[in-house]
Amino acid sequence: MGGRVHKARPPWPRSVFTYILRRLIAAVMLLFVVSIATFAIFFLVPRLAGMSADDLASRYVGKAANAEIIHDTAIRLGFNDPIIVQYGRFVKGIFVGVERNYGPGVEHCPAPCLGYSYVTQNPVLPDLLNRLPITLSLALGAAVVWLVFGVATGVVSALRRGSFFDRLSMGVALAGVSLPIFFTGIVSLAIFRDQLGLVGDVADWVPFTEDPLTWANNLILPWVTLAFLYAAGYARLTRAGMLETMSEDYIRTARAKGLPERVVVLKHGLRATLTPVLTMFGLDLGLLLGGAVLTESTFSLPGIGKYAVDAIGNNDLPQVMGVTLLAATFIIVANLIVDMLYAVVDPRVRLS
Amino acid sequence: MTAPLDLPDSAIEAGPETVLEGAESNVIRGRSLGQIAWMRLRRDRVAMAGGIVILLLILGAIFAPLLVSWFGHPPAEWHREKIDPAIQAPIGTFGGMSWDFLLGVEPTTGRDLFSRILYGSRVSLLIAFFATLLCVLLGTVLGMIAGFFGGWVDTIISRLMDIFLAFPLLVFALALAGVIPDKAFGMSGDTLRISLLVFIIGFFNWPYIGRIIRGQTLSLREREFVDAARSLGARNHVILFKEILPNLLAPILVYSTLLIPSNILFEAALSFLGVGVRPPTPTWGGMLAEAVHNYDVAPNFMLFPGLAIFVTVLAFNLLGDGLRDAFDPKAR
Repeated sequence: MGGRVHKARPPWPRSVFTYILRRLIAAVMLLFVVSIATFAIFFLVPRLAGMSADDLASRYVGKAANAEIIHDTAIRLGFNDPIIVQYGRFVKGIFVGVERNYGPGVEHCPAPCLGYSYVTQNPVLPDLLNRLPITLSLALGAAVVWLVFGVATGVVSALRRGSFFDRLSMGVALAGVSLPIFFTGIVSLAIFRDQLGLVGDVADWVPFTEDPLTWANNLILPWVTLAFLYAAGYARLTRAGMLETMSEDYIRTARAKGLPERVVVLKHGLRATLTPVLTMFGLDLGLLLGGAVLTESTFSLPGIGKYAVDAIGNNDLPQVMGVTLLAATFIIVANLIVDMLYAVVDPRVRLS
Repeated sequence: MTAPLDLPDSAIEAGPETVLEGAESNVIRGRSLGQIAWMRLRRDRVAMAGGIVILLLILGAIFAPLLVSWFGHPPAEWHREKIDPAIQAPIGTFGGMSWDFLLGVEPTTGRDLFSRILYGSRVSLLIAFFATLLCVLLGTVLGMIAGFFGGWVDTIISRLMDIFLAFPLLVFALALAGVIPDKAFGMSGDTLRISLLVFIIGFFNWPYIGRIIRGQTLSLREREFVDAARSLGARNHVILFKEILPNLLAPILVYSTLLIPSNILFEAALSFLGVGVRPPTPTWGGMLAEAVHNYDVAPNFMLFPGLAIFVTVLAFNLLGDGLRDAFDPKAR
């Protein structure tokens, strides 16, 4: 943070700095708690439910494996060590990296290392990073669509409250928040891909850098389906906010001093409404970047969310740990950005 | 707020007075908030329609065995004779819909879709109700404690809520539902899965209602009637339960009604991803997960479970919106 820029007001950069520092420390603590909880779910909960180390290991060997192989696997994966030691190994991997003896030689996994998959034996982090562009494309594309449509619908509905447009769009919005994406997703696949043949095969991932047109054509259906659900919620939120804002005294003042209605609505009305909308937007986007689990499963998109579902299906702890930590990081960072923007916009936040 | 009302705008703008005018008696008498809200709710036709649909759904779920014995076939009974062996799809129009099989049959097995959807509502509603109960219990107790006592108690509970809200919820719930073996904690089968799902959904969703209750308690704590009770020598627990809790009942009712549909969607999502109640017990999400593979030959198999989820969730949302407006007309 450049202290020079704000020299005219000495107390403020300092307080922003401490505020950000405090939030960063809290964020790191939060990540620790999330990782401990994930670890506990995978190791403590099955123990409590009565599974032994060998039972756990039997998931990661072939069907024909005998008791001895299972026992060796349990030792190799370190399931017999106390849970604290196992967790310590994981944390050490993140901060200093780990060495892995995979038989023919020793492999070094540099920090930050999220470990190796129990099933595919691949290191987790590169796998995750490879899939990130897919989830990123899906989430950002959908976000643009839902933000534009949701906010526009909400504003127009609020301004023409009680009109046919208002009733229709709010009816559609209420239906939108009541529909599960795995239903609208299948229905839209059946109609637009299979019956009408308008879009390509969604599951074929083509990077933007290779062929932007095919990229967009394959993603348009997931974008629209996902955006519809979110747009519904944003339209409801924007409409409620606009109704409240437009009845404020300062709006009357703005009208009274002869401002054009367009300026009153966009500059004075919408601006106040946008704060809660943008807050929600930040949090929703953070949540989606950590894996649009349902959308990716419905459309068979090989992104972070699909990775998470597959990892859980395989009981592949290192993969699940990686995905949960990545998702939690996105959520926390999104929270952090939203709060910091608040702190910049609204000085009262800093004091509390 | 969003439900389109069949009332003239003047009635909406005028608020409670108009509603009171509509009452049959001219005698002026005090009405509790609950009575006023009920009168408003009764005039909200959309919300009432939602309520009636919910009532029918609950009755349908309770009397599922009876209804199935009249109009269908047991949910686990296979009818291979209804399936075209060449393509494993139902014989007849739209998935084999007929008087015998009201909503057609499932591909491959030929099980009666009507009875499977009806039985699916039992799982869905049961889990959603109990999960909501758990959310509301945890949220209310912890939210009240945090808001009332403040200080370090509030700090700890508020941080706890932050942690829960920062969790990638679905991934987490998936992981938890996935690691539990088929026999655990002295339970097995459907009982285990249902209790597990209730626990997961309830345990991870309480902070939302917890924050609302905390905020409300925080403002109620400063009100005069609490001071009055305290100056009369009331202890903390008396103030919490006799003074503050009754004033929280309205938001609790409204948010519970709005939590149920989101919990129904959550359960359906977990079933869709394969960690819900295990087959052969029918679940709406589980049916949709299978429909992904064969919706082209059996559109009924995709459409009806989806519509079941949609109608149920919509009905609860309509009632919840109506309840919120009835208790707080400003929010409309």
